[in-house]
Order: sequence, then structure tokens, then C-alpha cells
Amino acid sequence: MERYDVIVVGAGPAGLGAAIEAGRAGARVLLLDEHDRPGGQLFKQIHKFFGSQAHHAGTRGYAIGQMLLQEAAEAGVTLGLGQRVWGIFPDGSVTSTDETTSTRRWGNYLVLATGAAERAVSFPGCTLPGVMTAGAAQTLVNLQHVLPGREAVMVGAGNVGLIVSYQLLQAGVQVQAVVEAMPEITGYAVHAGKVQRAGVPILTGHTVVQALGDSCLEGVELAALDAAGQPIPDSRRLLPCDTLCLAVGLNPRMELAAAAQCELVWSGPLGGLLPRHNARMETSNPHILVAGDLAGIEEASTALDEGRMAGLGCAYKLGLLDPAVYSRRCQEVQDRLDSLRQGPFGARRRTAKEEVFFL
Amino acid sequence: MQYLTEHPILPLEERPVVHITVDGCPIEARLGDTIAAALTTHGIRVFRHTAKRRQPRGIFCGIGQCTDCVMVVDGKPNVRTCVTRVREGMVIQTQEGNGGNCGTL
Repeated sequence: MERYDVIVVGAGPAGLGAAIEAGRAGARVLLLDEHDRPGGQLFKQIHKFFGSQAHHAGTRGYAIGQMLLQEAAEAGVTLGLGQRVWGIFPDGSVTSTDETTSTRRWGNYLVLATGAAERAVSFPGCTLPGVMTAGAAQTLVNLQHVLPGREAVMVGAGNVGLIVSYQLLQAGVQVQAVVEAMPEITGYAVHAGKVQRAGVPILTGHTVVQALGDSCLEGVELAALDAAGQPIPDSRRLLPCDTLCLAVGLNPRMELAAAAQCELVWSGPLGGLLPRHNARMETSNPHILVAGDLAGIEEASTALDEGRMAGLGCAYKLGLLDPAVYSRRCQEVQDRLDSLRQGPFGARRRTAKEEVFFL
Repeated sequence: MQYLTEHPILPLEERPVVHITVDGCPIEARLGDTIAAALTTHGIRVFRHTAKRRQPRGIFCGIGQCTDCVMVVDGKPNVRTCVTRVREGMVIQTQEGNGGNCGTL
């Protein structure tokens, strides 16, 4: 059985961050991912990132992805692609499959960076072909360079809904409207502004009543919501569209963490059930650390730094970093994380994180 | 639908053509396409019908998580088309039910 100091599950920004830091410290690191290319969802992020210089502010997501892959290679990280991890066992072994055979490997420490799954929302017609998650439309356009449709309606005016709406416009899709059940836009004003300046109405206080179509989506019926959150019958209207994108939040992909018996905790603001952890990204399982959206839905820069924190933790536990260096490096990462969790949006996430932390 | 022909940010490269068939019809895809993307460029949106109610399904999550987009590929049912790339000569079929020979289930 192959043995590693650290096995990281998920090669998105969090997993890459963990693998890079552990690898740089001298650990033998295996980074597993179910897809045939690394980067998680980073390579479909074609917008410029926010944050500080340390967070590559002003750099587009895919360029950050390229940098991280380069750093991982330089850190001597072994990449195992097309490997879907399906089991974690009490002896620290991890099993993965390439759909044909299963391979079992053993790691001293595991970092789970399994990311998130987009939520669905239920309404009549929601299963019609043409109704898809915002991420699916973003994947088709930005990774596959294929238009998902000609006329789209977006459900959700959070950052994902706004950013993907703008990226659909950039690709030449006519975005008819962004529909948001909340009374106000929930994403950043800068993203909303770009969509609105392009002439796309953001219909707050509205919902999808039903999706219409025979074998495929042909239109969507919308309605305004009353104070009790019920559709107002008179306000119903039909928008023709062939694509309806759902950007209604994400859930941490906690199945592996649960299988490894990490204690789970519920946090609404962080996306639901997730492994309880501390600021050093340690879980109730002394061999397992977590990072990124699995540890609470935030965004890619945060995921990367949480990954770095977890990677440093593995290196320290392996005796590859002395306590003073570990402490200083953790503080640097924590300072960056704190700077990402400022402002009204960030402060809410910071509070939510502190609520799920171990004491 | 179609491939992007121009984009303000993304570099668009020419990719070699790959020939596949879908329900017996020959179609052209590009090297690196997922099956789901290739079908989308040809306006094919129904990838399968459900077992019980024969309802149409297509792409939903696009990253291999939800399994809504599965089809029969080279005789193998339940292949996730959004994470499976095209190969020359690939034979793809709309999946009916579970894609096997298990009666109406």
C-alpha cells in the first residue's frame, strides 16, 4: 500500500493550498481529485478577484489556478486525477476509484477539501432540460466554450447569480432577468451594477412559479411575492427563455467527513451541515483537517488560505515545522483570513465561523 | 446552440474535430469537449428519460455530482456526460430508464 505523509482530497483552491504548504515543508503529499483536471471550480472563474495583493486581487480566477498548479508542482505534490475518493477508514487509509478499480492508500494526515454542491430549488417544471444550476451554465460557457442557450433567466441575486449572469452576457447569452425572492439584492453592489448597466432587470421580491415547456424549457412564469412570501396572483407574468439558471446557494460536501466520523455541526450562514473545526482547521478526528467550502461556504480566496492553514498544520504535526515558525505562519494566514471576513458580508461569515469552532 | 466564436476575456483556440454518433446520427464534436457540451452545440438537450414517468432530463449540475445527464456511452449505461470527454468513434444513446434490460424499472 502506498504511504504518504498527507493525503488531500479535492484539488480546488483549498486542497491546492493545503498540498502546497505541506509539500513545501517537506511532506510527501498526494492530492486526489475526481476530475480529470485539477483546480476545482477555479478555472471557470474568469472575473478578477477581490481582496489584497496577497490574495492576488485584480487577477482572474483561472490565472490564480495556473499559479497554484505551478506552486504545487514545485512543492513536489503528487497529483492523482480521475480518482473519486469513496472511503476513509479508521487506520487512516483512503480508498479511491477511477471507475474501474479501487486503490487504497495510507496517509498520516488527511485534509478534506471536498468543496460544495449547488442547491436545487423545487417548482413545477424544475426538472425540464434547460433548467440547470448557475455553475453548470458557467462551466459550459467558460470551460467548454459552449453557449448553454440563447435566452436565460437567473434565479438568485447573490454573488454567484450576479457573476454568472454577467459572464453569460459576456458570452453572448441574452439574460432576460435576475429573479430574487429576498426584498433586496444579496450580492455585492459592484457585481449587481455590472448586470444592471447591461440592461438586465434584477427583480427582487419575485419568485419562479413554474417552468414551462414540453420536452425542454420554453419559458418561465414569475410572480411578485407579498409580505408573507406568497406569490401575488395578479403579478404573474411569462418570460420566454430556453435556460433557467439556479443560483440559490451551496451546501458543503460533507459526506466523506461524516463517513470519517468527524463531528458535524449545523450552520445556516455557512451552508448547512459541516464538520466542526477550529481556527487551525482541525476536526474532532485528530488525523483529519478540513478547508474551503466543506468548512463553510465562503469564496475561493478564503478557501485557499484555509487550505494553507490546514497544510501548515499537517507539516507541524509531522514535525516538519518548529513551533515558532508554525505559529508565525499561522498568524500570517489568519491575518489574511480576517481581512477577507470584513465588512457586512464578511463579518457575518466570521461570526458564523466562530460559532461552529471548537472552544 | 453553438461554440463561442468571440469572447472579451477567454482565449478561444481551434480544436480538432472528433466524430461521434448520437442515437445513430453522426455529429461533429471538438477534442476536449465533454459529451454534454458537444450535444449542447447541436441543440440536443434531452439526454435521457426517467424510468417511471419517462420524463426528459438533461444537464443540471454540469460537474458530475447530480447524475441527471447520464446516457448510454459505447453500450455502457449511466455514464455522466458532463464529465466524460468525447473520443473519436464514440457511440452515444439517449438513455431510457436505467439503461439496462430490467423491464419497466
